[in-house]
Amino acid sequence: MTPEELSKIATIEQEEQQQHKHVIQVCVAAGCLSSHSDQVKDALDKEVSKRGLENTCHVKGVGCLGLCAAGPLVRVQPTAKPDAAVMYQAVTANDAADIVSSLEGPPVKRLVCPTNVPFFTRQKKIVLENSGIIDPDRIEEYIAVNGYAGLLQVVSTMRPSEVIDEVMRSGLRGRGGAGFSTGLKWSTVAKGRGSTKYVICNADEGDPGAFMDRSVLESDPHRVLEGMAIAAYAVGASQGYIYVRAEYPLAVKRLKAAIRQAERAGLLGNNIFGITFNFSIDIRLGAGAFVCGEETALIASIEGKRGTPRPRPPYPAESGLWGCPTLINNVETFANVPPIIRNGSAWFAGIGTEKSKGTKVFALAGRVTNTGLIEVPMGIPLREIVYDIGGGIPDGKKLKAVQTGGPSGGCIPEQHLDMPVDYESLAKVGSIMGSGGMIIMDDTSCMVDVAKFFMEFCRSESCGKCVPCRVGTAQMHDLLCRITDGSGTADDLTLLIELCDVLRATSLCGLGQTAPNPVLTTLQFFKHEYDAHIQKKTCPAGSCTIHAPAEVI
Amino acid sequence: MSPQPVPQVRVVTLKIDGRDVGATEDETILEVARQNGIFIPTLCYLDGLPSIGACRICLCEIKGANKLLPACVTRVQEGMEVTTDSERLTRYRKTIVEMLFAERNHVCAVCVSNGHCELQSMAQKLGITHVHMPYRYPKLTVDATHARFVQDDNRCVLCTRCVRVCDEVEGAHTWDIMGRGIDARVITDLNQAWGDSSSCTGCGKCVHVCPTGALTEKGRSTAEMVKKQQFLQYLMQMREAKQ
Amino acid sequence: MSKPRLATAWLDGCSGCHMSLLDMDERLIEIAQQVEVVCGPYVDIKEFPENVDIALVEGAVSSEEDLHRIKKIRERSKLLICMGDCALTANVPSMRNAWEPDEVLARAYIENATMQQQIPRTSVPRLLNRARPVHEIVRVDIFIPGCPPSADVLYFALTELLAGRVPDLSSRTRFGA
Ligand SMILES: Cc1cc2nc3c(=O)[nH]c(=O)nc-3n(C[C@H](O)[C@H](O)[C@H](O)COP(=O)(O)O)c2cc1C
Ligand code: SF4
Ligand code: SF4
Ligand code: FES
Repeated sequence: MTPEELSKIATIEQEEQQQHKHVIQVCVAAGCLSSHSDQVKDALDKEVSKRGLENTCHVKGVGCLGLCAAGPLVRVQPTAKPDAAVMYQAVTANDAADIVSSLEGPPVKRLVCPTNVPFFTRQKKIVLENSGIIDPDRIEEYIAVNGYAGLLQVVSTMRPSEVIDEVMRSGLRGRGGAGFSTGLKWSTVAKGRGSTKYVICNADEGDPGAFMDRSVLESDPHRVLEGMAIAAYAVGASQGYIYVRAEYPLAVKRLKAAIRQAERAGLLGNNIFGITFNFSIDIRLGAGAFVCGEETALIASIEGKRGTPRPRPPYPAESGLWGCPTLINNVETFANVPPIIRNGSAWFAGIGTEKSKGTKVFALAGRVTNTGLIEVPMGIPLREIVYDIGGGIPDGKKLKAVQTGGPSGGCIPEQHLDMPVDYESLAKVGSIMGSGGMIIMDDTSCMVDVAKFFMEFCRSESCGKCVPCRVGTAQMHDLLCRITDGSGTADDLTLLIELCDVLRATSLCGLGQTAPNPVLTTLQFFKHEYDAHIQKKTCPAGSCTIHAPAEVI
Repeated sequence: MSPQPVPQVRVVTLKIDGRDVGATEDETILEVARQNGIFIPTLCYLDGLPSIGACRICLCEIKGANKLLPACVTRVQEGMEVTTDSERLTRYRKTIVEMLFAERNHVCAVCVSNGHCELQSMAQKLGITHVHMPYRYPKLTVDATHARFVQDDNRCVLCTRCVRVCDEVEGAHTWDIMGRGIDARVITDLNQAWGDSSSCTGCGKCVHVCPTGALTEKGRSTAEMVKKQQFLQYLMQMREAKQ
Repeated sequence: MSKPRLATAWLDGCSGCHMSLLDMDERLIEIAQQVEVVCGPYVDIKEFPENVDIALVEGAVSSEEDLHRIKKIRERSKLLICMGDCALTANVPSMRNAWEPDEVLARAYIENATMQQQIPRTSVPRLLNRARPVHEIVRVDIFIPGCPPSADVLYFALTELLAGRVPDLSSRTRFGA
């Protein structure tokens, strides 16, 4: 591949797209697929060819359009006026004829999904900029929207250290949970000993309810490949791995196709863009253990060992895969890299807050009107996410708490709703940014029960290597079960609090160290609910089944 | 200018419990502490086996570090200030050992390792007189199918010494861990009976590195069932000398 | 000043701890001179008395009667001392805990019985679901591990207590000792 060839592909693709008067984008990401969007796409295809419109109307499958709850989603866009696009919701195969008939006239009213609402207007798309726009199975479409231009720019005009400086200046922080400076991590790997280095993309996404990374991989896989290639150039690696959970078959399929296309196009492999830069990517499948998302466990798993964490230091950046310096970043982290290179670090650093730059993708779920995938600028007030983008709490219920960070995170109460969503503010209230799960809870949720739910998750996902997490999560889960079923005592609560401290301080990896967070935040903000279960044997939210306080011995 | 000769391993000085000590930078805190007669309790660690930092009993406070670090795997650094013993560390260590007692069915009075058990003596050393969390009483099995050895899951602390010695020293990899979290347990081969194991060489190394009565020799009385672990250091030294 | 009132109690244990007490031999006399022994298997009193200063408890809490008694002992004693592993870990009695009481009773009285195969339901106290260490039921002041704690350890513990000190037993005894 030469720079000229790349721009030729882009031009041809753009011209081809201009030939169609209309493009109909059908979401074929996992959410809409589960409500049979593939059948919708087939029906539209048939309808278009039945009417002989193949040359003027192009039906294509695209990645996630965001408002998953309203799926299957279809977007009809006049090529000449992209802004005049119409979005349809809950489309079925039977609607195909009406949609095709309406191409030249007014939209199909009964299906219209308004897009001038805060759910769409308040979002800021960087990572998801191509989601729902391009066909994830075609590299040409990615190239047509400036894809691989960042990689070209990097290998043809920048030295590796300049790339690292650029990423450092952008202020990008890891999106996999801890929020470590990406530039700093890259420079540690670049400085690492030896000539063999690896780049790993962590796509093990295991938080219950989280599907941000999956959506990126399914909607725009080349973006992740490009980010990895740029990273490989910067740190001096020639082999990369994407560790993706086997429960994401569609993401795996699209990634495989994308890797093949990129290899064929000479964007992966040897002598990329004609210089002596070689980089190949292989996929490794995870077998569904949450702990394998922890970087050292993930590396052990790639090495073919049992996926258990090991103590750090040494960090993977010094000694990772097969003892070599290894860069491991999250999917979303890599997905941010191409636009940072293309648009410059100053552009990226201009978005967000002082210490948290850019955007964050969240999977909005729970008791909120608009559930789905959203991307918002860092620092956006939590209230805006819940009430503007999320559309508030349905059924006239009252908001009780917002859970972020999954099993490592915490429950943020209503009183903190005006806080900005960034790494530091979330940590201040005892939660974490995490990878992007966000669950809205109303007053029918019992906070002790929520803590119990996450502790059960940690208990069953603990790898069992270290004592405090292995035994502690089981003990804490049992204590929470006792409290929720009404047999808990004041001593149980004391022990629960003590174990929170022990697990936090002594567990080997992040799973055990953060497992107490849901308990600690609910204790901090909703202690009265614990007291009600223990002293009055009642559940204020009315969701726990309290047994008669018999002497259970 | 000719390049300066670079020493292979650098010598560092650090403080352990307020004492100035010297070490080389490839040594762990535990090794340096032991050389200087400073006791740090350990359980999963065994001299001669690769350390894994799993039991968390050797955790120490390091000045400037925001986390407690396991002495058995943490390498010393120039200027490091280590505290091996404090009220907080003792409290954590006690709780962790109590967790092990609560996890399985350690009935010392009727164990063949009574009096020669590292878990038992650790409890004594730490001053544990009772376990302040609920016992779990899991239903576990005893595998007595092997001609010479017995495996009793009730007394296993999952230190994986058996797994490591079998894999790294004997080279048989008969032992491994099955399941995760509180359900994890050691197995032979693919969870077959030990007596049916085709990989076990019957060397007995696992029995002698096991800190508790989880692995024992058949037909031994409590007084006789003394574990002999010196073989390991000897073997490793001889192997190194040969290389 | 009157002598401290000492009581001993025997819950679900093998009586080994009480044997160990007797093993103090002549030192028993020395102790007896300093205390008033008000209750215990050696004293023919059915009801645990009031105003006990030191209560030495052997055995786990395994039956409804044990439960009832330990609560009374706690109420009526200034210092409650767990004597031996059964009291402080539930020890051998706890080996039934992985099974339900009915399974255990069936095993003992039916499967392994050669005659009179029936589970006694009357005139014996009902088993609790689990045999439990005393401190899980009531507050305990001092723990003396051992199975049984040796006569020396018990003598040391008692003399220290009588001298007004909390005995430090960690170097003298342990679980299973
Ligand atoms: C129990 C556990 C699970 C984790 N799971 C994930 C995961 O699914 N995806 C991920 O990117 N990071 C996960 N992490 C964080 C990784 O260890 C690592 O920090 C991250 O991949 C680094 O990438 P980043 O710097 O781009 O965030 C997990 C950490 C822990 C402790
Ligand atoms: S904290 Fe939990 S998951 Fe992490 S190493 Fe320990 S047991 Fe395994
Ligand atoms: S059997 Fe013994 S050596 Fe093996 S893990 Fe259990 S306690 Fe450790
Ligand atoms: S001895 Fe160091 S963690 Fe077990």
